[in-house]
Amino acid sequence: MEELIKIIDKNGLIVAFILVGLLTWLTDIFSKKILNSKIPGSAIAIFLALVFGYLGGVFGKGENGLADLGLFKGLALLGGSMFRDFAIVATAIGASFLLIRKSGLLGLISLILGILVFFAAGVALAWAWGYRDAVSLCTIGAGACTYIVGPVTGGALGASSEVIALSIGTGVVKTIAVTILTPILASKIGLNNPSAAMAFGGIMGTSSGVAAGLAATDPKLVPYGAVTATFYTGLGCLVCPSLFYIVLNWLL
Amino acid sequence: MIKGLALLSVSFILGMWAGELLGSWLGINANVGGVGFAMIFLILTKEFFTRKGWWKGELEFGIEFWNKLYIPVVIAMAASLNVKSAISSGTLAIFAGIIPVILAFIVFYFLMKSFKIS
Repeated sequence: MEELIKIIDKNGLIVAFILVGLLTWLTDIFSKKILNSKIPGSAIAIFLALVFGYLGGVFGKGENGLADLGLFKGLALLGGSMFRDFAIVATAIGASFLLIRKSGLLGLISLILGILVFFAAGVALAWAWGYRDAVSLCTIGAGACTYIVGPVTGGALGASSEVIALSIGTGVVKTIAVTILTPILASKIGLNNPSAAMAFGGIMGTSSGVAAGLAATDPKLVPYGAVTATFYTGLGCLVCPSLFYIVLNWLL
Repeated sequence: MIKGLALLSVSFILGMWAGELLGSWLGINANVGGVGFAMIFLILTKEFFTRKGWWKGELEFGIEFWNKLYIPVVIAMAASLNVKSAISSGTLAIFAGIIPVILAFIVFYFLMKSFKIS
């Protein structure tokens, strides 16, 4: 037994393949046999993974969900930003350049709209919770964009670490909300074609949430959503601590 | 197989580089659209290779593997998110994380409607 634990400890990434494979296998069977494929197996697997991530946080007391427990640490590597971005780029092999170019303008409009909606709503909610200084309001509004824009903005403006932590928490909740709500609402909002997926990526912005949500909706849409979503965090880091902060300061 | 994988990797590195350059050119400490640039490089490379008649199924296999691995990567990512601290960092984090998303779904719905008319 001791030997097996040593092997598991040494080969985290390989163990992660087994874990994810096993989860996918079980959720596929569950989806087909019990739900008549009404909810795709991958959507159930992603949702369960979030639940496991929560439990991992409860028992492991770290920052990487389930990956903080020794047996599961390979998940942090498999699900880390390097493999995530690499796999997203690989999905482009099934995308059409013509379609992306055709919907370029729609993608751009949706990016700007998306950042405005999330920032404004985030600021309004922070205001309702009693924050009144422009730096904290701006940081929390930025956190409502993504969990990267929040700390980048907070760091640039000199926000307190408590507010920065709050902005990261907000961004992670957003990712989770987009992941869960996308497959549920997709058919009701007309999210079923490449142009719509590009606009969706621009409005929602969180690359992980958009990509996970679209993967659970229709994997063919993933590259279109990802191609716009990838500009969102950068654009957010650009406008939140500068333009938006100035406007916010002026409004107060 | 490995040749396709190498093409994917070259596109990835060049795209990330472009995103990093754009970020520092704009004066912000973040990668702006690196993944997007990489995707466009990959698509253009495929176009170019297809036109030249160099694109083979065997080449695509190396990329297709990573394309298929995408959902497992997302599952692993979901399991390694800091879900607990996100939920326990206060009610504001939960509300400011969820309400704007619902608003954005509504905005998306109307954006798609208005784009169909025009």
